[in-house]
Amino acid sequence: MKDIKILGFLCQWCAYQGADLAGTSRLTYPPEVRVIKVPCSGRVSSHMIFKAFQKGADAVFVAGCHPGDCHFKSGNIIAEKRIKVVKSILDTIGVEPIRLDFFFISASEGVRFKKVVEEFYAQIEKLGSLNLKNGK
Amino acid sequence: MKNKEKIGVFICHCGTNIAGKIDIKNLIQKNSGKENLFFFDYPYFCSEPGQTFIKEKINQLNLTRIVIAACSPSLHEKTFQKVAQEAGINPYLISCANIREQCSWVTLDKEKATEKAEKIIFSHINRVIYQEPLFVKEVEIIPRVLIIGGGIAGIEAALQIARSGKEVYLVEKEPSIGGHMAKLDKTFPTLDCASCILTPKMVEVRENKNVKLFTYSEVEEVSGFVGNFKVKIRKKARSVNLLKCTGCGICIEKCPVKVDSEFDMGLSKRKAIYIPFPQAVPQVPVIDRENCLWFTNNKCGVCKKICPFSAIDYNMEDEIVVEKFGAIIVATGFSLFNPETIYQYGYKRFPNIFTSLEIERLLSPTGPTSGEIILKDGKIPQEVAIIHCVGSRDENYQPYCSSICCLYSLKFAYLIKEKTKAKIYNFYIDLRLTRKGGEDFYNRVLEEGIEFIRGKPSQIKMQKDGKLLIECEDTLLGKIRKISVDMVILSTAICPEKSTPFLARILGLSLSQDGFFQEKHPKLAPVSTMVEGIYIAGCCQGPKDIPESVAQAGLAAAEVISLIDRKKIEISPIVAEINEDYCSGCGICIELCPYNALEYNSQKIKAKLTPEKCFGCGICVSACFAGALSLKNYREQEILAQIEGIL
Repeated sequence: MKDIKILGFLCQWCAYQGADLAGTSRLTYPPEVRVIKVPCSGRVSSHMIFKAFQKGADAVFVAGCHPGDCHFKSGNIIAEKRIKVVKSILDTIGVEPIRLDFFFISASEGVRFKKVVEEFYAQIEKLGSLNLKNGK
Repeated sequence: MKNKEKIGVFICHCGTNIAGKIDIKNLIQKNSGKENLFFFDYPYFCSEPGQTFIKEKINQLNLTRIVIAACSPSLHEKTFQKVAQEAGINPYLISCANIREQCSWVTLDKEKATEKAEKIIFSHINRVIYQEPLFVKEVEIIPRVLIIGGGIAGIEAALQIARSGKEVYLVEKEPSIGGHMAKLDKTFPTLDCASCILTPKMVEVRENKNVKLFTYSEVEEVSGFVGNFKVKIRKKARSVNLLKCTGCGICIEKCPVKVDSEFDMGLSKRKAIYIPFPQAVPQVPVIDRENCLWFTNNKCGVCKKICPFSAIDYNMEDEIVVEKFGAIIVATGFSLFNPETIYQYGYKRFPNIFTSLEIERLLSPTGPTSGEIILKDGKIPQEVAIIHCVGSRDENYQPYCSSICCLYSLKFAYLIKEKTKAKIYNFYIDLRLTRKGGEDFYNRVLEEGIEFIRGKPSQIKMQKDGKLLIECEDTLLGKIRKISVDMVILSTAICPEKSTPFLARILGLSLSQDGFFQEKHPKLAPVSTMVEGIYIAGCCQGPKDIPESVAQAGLAAAEVISLIDRKKIEISPIVAEINEDYCSGCGICIELCPYNALEYNSQKIKAKLTPEKCFGCGICVSACFAGALSLKNYREQEILAQIEGIL
C-alpha cells in the first residue's frame, strides 16, 4: 500500500513552536506528516492547499494559535473560516472534505501537537490515499 | 528557474542528535553531482569552526544561496543569517531546514527519518531559489518605558530603569502601588518584615523624577511595534485632585459610609473615601463611587465640605492618556484561588476558615486585629490546621504546583505557634522547600513541635461545639484520622491575574497552558516574549516568590535598558507588497488587515498599502484573488515550490 502523505501549514508563532516542543520532548509521530512554516495561519491561501493535493498530499492541515492568542490578532480566525470554504469546494470536486482540517495549537502544546497529528493521520489512513484523476 | 544560482547545502550532525537518526553520508552520496548543488556536513555548524567552514565554502565555490539543515530556525536562523552576511550573501537568501525538532527527534525509524530529512532539505532547496535579497530598515527607539503593574516586580523594574536615566510610566490599577507584597506580614524563610523592605522602594518610586506614576489606571489599547509602541491609558476618576490633596485624612475620618476593606481581605471596614493602607503611595484618597452616598443618592457631600484644600472633585472624569513607548514590561502579578469552589472545605460556610492572604492580614500589626490571631468570638485558638495545596496540584482546579505555599504555610505555622502557643497541624501532599534557607526553616519549625500529616483532607465539618472537624487519610500511617481544630488555614494557590487574557490579546502575547504569560524560552529567555520589546516579570509568568520576582524584574529592566541604549532597532523587511496593475479595487484585503496598513484609494479605485504599518502576517495576500498582493520572503511561488519539494 502506498504511504499516506500529510502536509501541515504551521503558524510560526504557535503551532510551529508546538511542533518544535514535541521534538524537544522527544515525542514521536508518523514521519509522513510534514510541515511548512508560515508567518501566520492566515497566510495559507486556497491555492496552496489545492497545490498540495495536486502534488500528491493525501491530506492537508493548517494549524494556528488558539482564538484570542493570534500574534496578528485575527489571522487564525480568518484561516479557520477559509478552511471551511475550501472544504466545501473540495466536496464539490469529489475530494472528501475531512482530508482538510484546521487545528488550534499553542506554542506550549507539544503533547497536543502529537495527539492532533496522530489522530488526523489515523483518520486519513482509514480513508486511504487520494486518487486525483488528472493530477500532476 | 534561475539556473545560475549555486546552492550550498550544509547538513549539521548536531553531535548524534541528527546524525544518530539520519544517514547523512548516504543522503549526500545519493544527491552529490546534482547540478548547482553543493553538499557539506559537519558535527556542529553552530560552533565557531562550523561557521568558519560555511564562510570558507561560500567564498571558495562562490555560492549564492544557502540551505542549512539543522535544528529549528527558532534557535539558529539568526546565527546563520549573520554567517551568510559576513560571507557576502544577503541574509534572506538562506533557508533553514528543520531536520532535528521536526525530523530526527520525532521519528523512530532511521530509514523513514532519512527519507523525511531528504524531502525537507529539498523543499528548502526549491524554496531558496525563489528567495530574494531583502534589506532591514532601522527605526529609532523611543527612550520611554511602560510598566504595567505596580507590585514588587513592577516597582523593582521601574526603579532600575529610572536610575539609568530613562523615563518610566508605571501603571497600577489599584489606588496605590505595592501589590500583594504590601499585604504580607513577614516573609519566609528569614521572617523579615515585608513592609519594612517594600516601603522604602515605594517611596523611591514616588521621589524619582524619572518615574511617572499612574495609579488607579489601566492600559486599554496597544498598537505599534518594538521601539515605537502607542499605548492608551485610562486614568480612572479618583474624585480627589492628586495635586491639591495633602493626604491629611480628615475626609476619611468624616465619611459616614463603611464598606469591606479590599486590602484587609474583607476582615475590616474602610470608608467610601479611603487610602487603602497606611503606607500607600500616593498618599491620596480615592472615592469608591459605587458606595459613596453622593454618587449613589446625591446626598452627603461631607468630604467636599470639609476638605481644607478643595481637593475633592465629584465631577472628575476618566482621563485618557496616549503616549509612545520604546518597550513594555508586564508585571501584573497574580490572583489568589477562591476556595469557595471547593465546597467540602466549607470556606465562607463555616466561621474560622481563612485563606492565606486573610491570615497575612490577621498576622500584620496594621491588620484588622492588630496582629493578634483570634477566632471570630475573640478567643485565642488552641488548635490550628494548615491545609496545603488548596486549588493547586489538583486535577479539578489548577494542576500545577503553586510553588510558594509550602514555605508560607511553614511561616504561618511558626508565627501562629509563637503568638498563640496553639497546637498546629500541617496537612501536606509533598513538602517542596527548594528555596535557599528552606530546609533550615523546616528544621526550625519541626523543633517547635509542629505536627505534619501527609494527606489531603477530604472534608471539613462543623461540630456542635463550634469546632471544625477535619477528615483526612494519613498516608504515612495508612489510617483515616479525624482531627478537631478551632481554626483552619487554606494555603490557596497562585492563579493568573484576571486581566491576563485581556492583556495577552491587546499586547499580542501568548499564554501557557496554566494561563500565565508565556516566555520566549523557558531557560534562556525567561522574561522575553514572542513580541519583541515586550517583557514579563514576576508572578504574571508563573507562581514565584519575592526574590525570584525581583530577579526577573531586574533582568527585564536590563533587557529594556540594553534595548533603549541601542537607540535604533532593525525592523523586519518581511512586509506585504502591492502590484497596483493587478489590483481590481475589490477591497477585501482592506477589511482583513489587522493593522489598518491597507486603505482604499478612491481616486485610483485600488488598495493602497503603507509598508510601515505592515507586520507581515500575509492575511491580505492569501485573500487577494487577483494576486496583486504578495508577502516578501513568503511569496506564493516560494511556498508553492516548497510544497512541491516536500511531497
